[in-house]
Amino acid sequence: MKADPAGVLTGSHYLDGDVACGEGAMAAGCRFVAGYPITPSTEVVERIARRFPTLGGTFIQMEDELASMAAVVGAAWTGTKTMTVTSGPGFSLMMENIGLAAMMETPCVVVNVQRGGPSTGLPTMVGQGDVMQARWGSHGDYEVIALCPQSPQEAFDLTIDAFNLAEIYRLPVMFLMDECVGHMTEKVVIPEADAIEVEPRRLTDKSPEEFGPYQINGGQIPEFARAGDGYRFHTTGLTHDERGYPVMNAECHDASVRRLVGKIRDNADSIVRFEEEGMDDAEVVVVSFGITARVARLAVEEARSRGIRVGFLRLVVIWPFPEKRIRELAGSVAAFVVPEINLGQIALEVERVAAGQAVTWPVNHAGGAVHDPDAITEIIVKAAS
Amino acid sequence: MTVATKSTTASQELEHPSAPLLRMERIPHVWCPSCGIGTVVKCYATALERSGVDLDKVSVVSGIGCSGRVAGYLKLDGFHTTHGRALPFATGLKLGRPELLVTVISGDGDLVGIGGNHFIHAARRNIDLLVILINNFIYGMTGGQNAPTTPQQARSSTMPYGNFETPFSLPHLAASSGASYVARWTCLHIRRLTWSIEEAIHKRGFRFIEVIAPCPTLYARLNKLGTGLDAMRFYHDTAVIRNDADTRELDISFQSEITCGKFVDEERPTFLDLMHNHYSDQLGDRYVPTPPEGGMLHEQ
Amino acid sequence: MSSKVEIRITGFGGQGVVLAGHIIGCACAIHAGRHATMIQSFGPEARGSACSATLVISESEVLYPYLRRPDIFVVMSGEGYEKYGQELKKDGTLVFEQDLVHPTTVEGQRAFGVPSTRLAESLGKTIVQNIVMVGFFTGVTQLVPDEAMRAAVRGSVPAGTEDLNLEAFDKGLEYARKSVSQPAVGVARPILEEVSP
Repeated sequence: MKADPAGVLTGSHYLDGDVACGEGAMAAGCRFVAGYPITPSTEVVERIARRFPTLGGTFIQMEDELASMAAVVGAAWTGTKTMTVTSGPGFSLMMENIGLAAMMETPCVVVNVQRGGPSTGLPTMVGQGDVMQARWGSHGDYEVIALCPQSPQEAFDLTIDAFNLAEIYRLPVMFLMDECVGHMTEKVVIPEADAIEVEPRRLTDKSPEEFGPYQINGGQIPEFARAGDGYRFHTTGLTHDERGYPVMNAECHDASVRRLVGKIRDNADSIVRFEEEGMDDAEVVVVSFGITARVARLAVEEARSRGIRVGFLRLVVIWPFPEKRIRELAGSVAAFVVPEINLGQIALEVERVAAGQAVTWPVNHAGGAVHDPDAITEIIVKAAS
Repeated sequence: MTVATKSTTASQELEHPSAPLLRMERIPHVWCPSCGIGTVVKCYATALERSGVDLDKVSVVSGIGCSGRVAGYLKLDGFHTTHGRALPFATGLKLGRPELLVTVISGDGDLVGIGGNHFIHAARRNIDLLVILINNFIYGMTGGQNAPTTPQQARSSTMPYGNFETPFSLPHLAASSGASYVARWTCLHIRRLTWSIEEAIHKRGFRFIEVIAPCPTLYARLNKLGTGLDAMRFYHDTAVIRNDADTRELDISFQSEITCGKFVDEERPTFLDLMHNHYSDQLGDRYVPTPPEGGMLHEQ
Repeated sequence: MSSKVEIRITGFGGQGVVLAGHIIGCACAIHAGRHATMIQSFGPEARGSACSATLVISESEVLYPYLRRPDIFVVMSGEGYEKYGQELKKDGTLVFEQDLVHPTTVEGQRAFGVPSTRLAESLGKTIVQNIVMVGFFTGVTQLVPDEAMRAAVRGSVPAGTEDLNLEAFDKGLEYARKSVSQPAVGVARPILEEVSP
């Protein structure tokens, strides 16, 4: 369906990534946000707090991030599109109820504007160190979807995609910005509402007697009933059967967890998204994401000007990881160069998938600044020789 | 074979009076014999039926622990959430669809131990939630560890020489945090508890009812307090009803007087009242409140 | 001039440094068809005596969003000058609040002073000092067409204060026209002529 025009601020604006993300959420139909202030993400909720009262939305500043995430999961069960927004320290606290959202199959969006970590780290400065936490942060096996914008424009566009993916796959979708994109102001073009496709909540058309909250009807994703519509359903963070009733045995647990994981892994081809250039003759491929991908393009241009055959792959969706494409490339290129503002997280994935067919060269910076493009160029040169 | 058939027929004929509100297919439940939680479930179910509210609009949210299982046995929209987070989860549910009657039923360790911060803030906001806290003075599900409500001197598995910490007085905590309705009963006060829940259903804001409940398996065993029946005798002999008592005087010492009653009943604006009034004042016609049925987006 | 211009704007917290940067960036990106990336200082720094905003303005996409060395340095506080003055390019342009900043002359650089606080006072509102500075900046650099800047001022200031702010802008622009015979060399030529409304 098309976006509700009330939430869409059509026009050309000069916005930072945080505000653009907030606008993306409102355009996507988000009408409940719970959050706790944390730099460098707060501008997202400040924007929403200002606009929500005119859109029929509710923003509540909760007492902490545990509560914010719990409230977002609760509100999602009323059919409302929900989101919370945080940065590293708050993201750590949210992990508990991100797991609940995964287990209860609750559509919602979690925005993490990454700063330097661990712990309080660098509150006002850039980091990309939460990549693995976004994937593995809550306990147990589950899958997530995570998107990584490289500009305020993408902060708007991809936030809408994040909400749509949350609805389609019924899970918490991670929106992994970084401080640089969040605090960078650029032109953001917001289209007309009828040019924005939004996924509605997929409500069951079964009767309460026929309905079970985790019946999958031959597919992988259950139908949704919202609280207050007479279905009188039960859901739990415990391992449960299709009625949502706790079942404490290995067989049910294995089947349930495999379905949670399978609904993403089996659909990875339709979820994975990346952009690439210069692959035809590439002997080295630079793999990057977020703000680092922009800086890395300068290095790629420089390396090409020096005659190095280098390709460039930008991850738009980082989870699920584009295993298929990296595996293909590993068969034809000599090396991958992976710059990221952490000490090697996506590089581990590239290395795992390349499985020894191509060498992986990490280019790391622990946080607080974006890479010097020359540092990336230097490794491209090494990787090519 | 014949006997079995007969017994099935008998159970069909003699349905539990609260059966329409219970997930009978999940019975027997997980609770121990003479545990107090079942009593609270029965009182809540009776109060709900008497209240005449639309049961389709009632949600029950629980956290983790023995009392956390309540949501799973009531035939209502039920949410068994994470440890300590029932209140923020319920807050989201209420704000997402304001027409719902959202009840939180959970234990002392869940709501005021790990969830203590959420408890004081939910009360401070006077968010529209009916909160029934089943206080058995101990962590039951995990095997009898010390709780923030364990009376001094009482033994628990993590205070094997007796508890030396000062426990919370929950009505005082709720009242001083801003709850608009505060009561305490024991599992013996079945009629008063049922009446109190029914009264609270019809009120607004943060409504808090503490129910002192026996845990024969752990609290009573570790403290040599006898059976569930002994607990009922103890409540009978030591519980006193003092409505409107000063909430500063409601501490519970080990095996001493338990003051019960309704201590606070003052309607004050709820979170949603304050929000609607404030935005109407500030924004006038530009204010668009979340509709009672929720701000959802779906194809009609 | 090169296709990329780097600008730092600094002053003390409360002077409207970030709004000044926002207006210039917005004028370039929204009203003059260029790419403009602004980064502002955050946290305690943003409230201190050397609050700062930086802009990279380019005809192509800005890939590296931070400054290397600014082509233009707009400075509205002495502390800001102390902190960032030395990073200005050898042939860069200094634009300063002349009653608050007393720069040392550097050969090869051009320096343009304006009593923006006094000019704002003459309008009865010291708070528009930053907009006077933006007007002066527009006049001395001619980096962005006046109308693009005006549109950005109009769209960026609080509703109801547009006229006052445009007056402040014109005051700064007029001061630049009177006092500066020749616009700053190096960044004088408008990069793009086209102005979208």
